[in-house]
Amino acid sequence: MTACPEVAAPEPVFAEPWHAQVFALTVHLNEAGRFSWAGWVERFSATLKRHGLSRELDGGEDYFRAWLETLEVFLAEDGAASRAEAEVMRNRWEEAYLSTPHGAPVHLRG
Amino acid sequence: MPHDHSDHPHALLPPDPALRVKALETILTEKGLIDPAALEEIIDTYQNRIGPQNGARVVARAWSDPEFRAALLADADPVLAELGYYGRQGEHMVVVENTLQQHNMVVCTLCSCYPWPLLGIPPGWYKSDAYRARAVREPRKVLAEFGVTLPPETAVRVWDSTAEVRYLVLPMRPEGTESLGEDELAALVTRDSMIGTGLAKVPS
Repeated sequence: MTACPEVAAPEPVFAEPWHAQVFALTVHLNEAGRFSWAGWVERFSATLKRHGLSRELDGGEDYFRAWLETLEVFLAEDGAASRAEAEVMRNRWEEAYLSTPHGAPVHLRG
Repeated sequence: MPHDHSDHPHALLPPDPALRVKALETILTEKGLIDPAALEEIIDTYQNRIGPQNGARVVARAWSDPEFRAALLADADPVLAELGYYGRQGEHMVVVENTLQQHNMVVCTLCSCYPWPLLGIPPGWYKSDAYRARAVREPRKVLAEFGVTLPPETAVRVWDSTAEVRYLVLPMRPEGTESLGEDELAALVTRDSMIGTGLAKVPS
């Protein structure tokens, strides 16, 4: 919270690519009518509150981790992506990264 | 854990949450529930096209055009929609004006509701527990940490954003800017001055 706007480098909008991806995914699902924004905020606030009980959230990585957890639970509850489906797909992606030579594009295996 | 970065036998494994996001994207794409091109468009918009420069243009115009300012303060939604700034989540925008009597400051105590179309994605500190909790409790102390000291006669009002209502602070126009045009004025309007944790810059 230092006031030094003239010399500070511009802050990146998203610190990590996955922050941007989970943000965009949520906005897109809202716009596609999957859930209302008020409904999203209610759930997300509850997650933040729960996480914030055990430690102080810094608004960076921990914020988007709470965002992702909220989205996973939401999609599992509404049936769009069950926890089991998500786990299997996550592991398939991990396997794809680990079995792709460095520098080559990473694709899921059949 | 030792890890030799000069000789990766395989592609660099993204962190766990990145894999989980990819998993959701793949599942929803396969089910036809999302359009990957739309995701790219949203990321591009927020990374490159939407940011505090939008809000700064609105503030500069409000400083220059009394009718615009009056309309903006009375009912911001139609005025902003005309400029192409509307909330994708259907939220209402409210513009609150700083005066000598009242300084306005915006927070979202629940999460991080923020006027995206005008300011883009909020900075990390806006989303932190520290700011969210303290802005309401001890706003003057928080302002002091941002380097803002107000005259004692200026009251501080804190506006708590929600999913439905987002606030934009209309900062006070700096003195000595009477001859400046809208573009020059816009350059004085910082992001923080539109959240209320800063003041507009004084021309050098």
